[in-house]
Amino acid sequence: MNVRPGLLLVLLLAAGVAGVLAGVLIGSTGWASLGDEGMALILWEIRLPRSLGAWCAGALLGMAGAMAQGLFRNPLADPYLLGSASGAGLAVAIALALTGVSPQTSSLLAHIGLTGIAFIGTLVGVGLTLVLARGVEQTLRLLLAGVVVGVVLNALTGLATLWAPDILRAMQAFLLGNTGLLGWSSVAVMAASGAAALVIGLVASPALDALSLGESTATSLGVRMGLVRLLLIFAFALATGAAVAQTGIVAFVGLVAPHLVRVLCPMLHGRLILLSAAAGGALLLAADVLARALIRPQELPVGLVTALLGGVYLLVLMHRRGAPRQ
Amino acid sequence: MLERLLALLLLLLLGVALPAAAVEIKDDLGHTTVLAAPPQRVVSLLPSLTETVCELGACGRLVGVDRYSNFPASVNALPKLGGMDDTNIELIASLKPDVVLVAVSSRVAERLRALGMKVIALEPRSYKDVQRVLGLIGQVLGVPDAQRVWRHIEAGVAAAAGSVPAQARGMRVYYEVASGMWAAGESSFMGETLTRLGAGNIIPAALGPFPKVNPEFVVKANPALIMIGARGAEGLTERPGWHRIDAVRRGRICVFKPEEGDILARPGPRMAEAAQIMARCLRDKAAS
Repeated sequence: MNVRPGLLLVLLLAAGVAGVLAGVLIGSTGWASLGDEGMALILWEIRLPRSLGAWCAGALLGMAGAMAQGLFRNPLADPYLLGSASGAGLAVAIALALTGVSPQTSSLLAHIGLTGIAFIGTLVGVGLTLVLARGVEQTLRLLLAGVVVGVVLNALTGLATLWAPDILRAMQAFLLGNTGLLGWSSVAVMAASGAAALVIGLVASPALDALSLGESTATSLGVRMGLVRLLLIFAFALATGAAVAQTGIVAFVGLVAPHLVRVLCPMLHGRLILLSAAAGGALLLAADVLARALIRPQELPVGLVTALLGGVYLLVLMHRRGAPRQ
Repeated sequence: MLERLLALLLLLLLGVALPAAAVEIKDDLGHTTVLAAPPQRVVSLLPSLTETVCELGACGRLVGVDRYSNFPASVNALPKLGGMDDTNIELIASLKPDVVLVAVSSRVAERLRALGMKVIALEPRSYKDVQRVLGLIGQVLGVPDAQRVWRHIEAGVAAAAGSVPAQARGMRVYYEVASGMWAAGESSFMGETLTRLGAGNIIPAALGPFPKVNPEFVVKANPALIMIGARGAEGLTERPGWHRIDAVRRGRICVFKPEEGDILARPGPRMAEAAQIMARCLRDKAAS
């Protein structure tokens, strides 16, 4: 099953538009009765930004996943690889645990906000990984450092929740992803970070193509590996950080989106990054719509739905591909 | 004659096995425990159970509690035996308790039983549960008239309800348990307290005790008052669309301090205090 990249992009974007439409029309009480008083507010200030925000977050994760898989030449790489998720989780846990303990921390929290704190946490996590790996020169060292930082920071998060167990539920919401509170400001932040990361990714994509032939080949082709890695890791951290700060840790989108588009059509990295963004956005948005529609007015954690949707779809695709040809 | 003798012997044997004071306790998991005498060394692994034991006047019999039991202050001097998932089995065994009170969800019950300890699993989740658990713990401890504590709670809640002014009655409340939008519904014990105080709740009982709700649902339901813990209150008024909610527009938001949160979140003997905290919130905000 091969689709042309242009057609695939159009299809994925159409899925996104359909998702936004469904997201605007479906809410806590089922399908919207549009004539309702106060409905305009709900449509414009809650459902539309929430739907667009979910798409943006998914696009950021898909993009970051494509960059990570290309950069590390590893199909298992995902946006949370370099300590970003664990950094954000730890920052949020500490902020929640310290709330109410002293007025200083409370006012600090009020100034920066949980989203700001999560973003700082992401950057600190990635920064720690880079320090531990002594820069970006060796891919394997970088991967290992990311794993170590992730394990250590997650352990510290565990300690924080042990110390203040009433943050457990809030932490669970963060760790399973939450698209419920996305407003226009979140959409603006994510769209801006996404545009910046996309430009960097597209500029660096020829280097990724060369890199797929091996590091030494890439270097002999004149790719300045150090610079390219640094740029890509910056873009990757920016994209992941913006998504994690606004929606928490949504599982699987970043891992599965590049695979979904690669399975449908093999392509160079520039298009892969673009298409992964469109696929990630469509996937997370579909998951968000399902999460709020299935047991309304209650909600499912969106991360569970993405894992189910993306995982099952990928399994089906693999099953088809893996079947022996007659 | 022989039959009578046998019957007498049987009675005697039974008498030895089950002395007069022996009580049989069936816990919340259906497990039956036989206590030959009122336990003198008690371990409690749930804050609300610790508070219940102390309220029944048996604080002195506690020899160890879980990490999160912090009331009354005297329990802070006892050995802390860990939390839900990291209970220190060895330390519990070394305390040689006559009985261990654990939460239903605790995973240590089996292990402790295997070590020969008597374990009673209880988990109060509603007013009715609190009353039942009080009775059970009273039986376990051999304290007469445990229901006296219950009557005290009832009286305290009724007094709190009496202090709620008429204009606060029927006020529709949204009680957020944790950010990520977990709410306390009518069927939770916080919801029961609200009902007893005469306040309304925007989360109907049909949604279960602590549903994760769509934020839009809250905007639509337009509560007149919001109750929330300090840890979830950050950015509440900036949530998309929430500026239109009555409670936000008129500043009717009660932010509970963490120590108040302890009282509000534990279905135990301090429920009357919890009712008073909520009643104070209703009083203050109805006046503003």
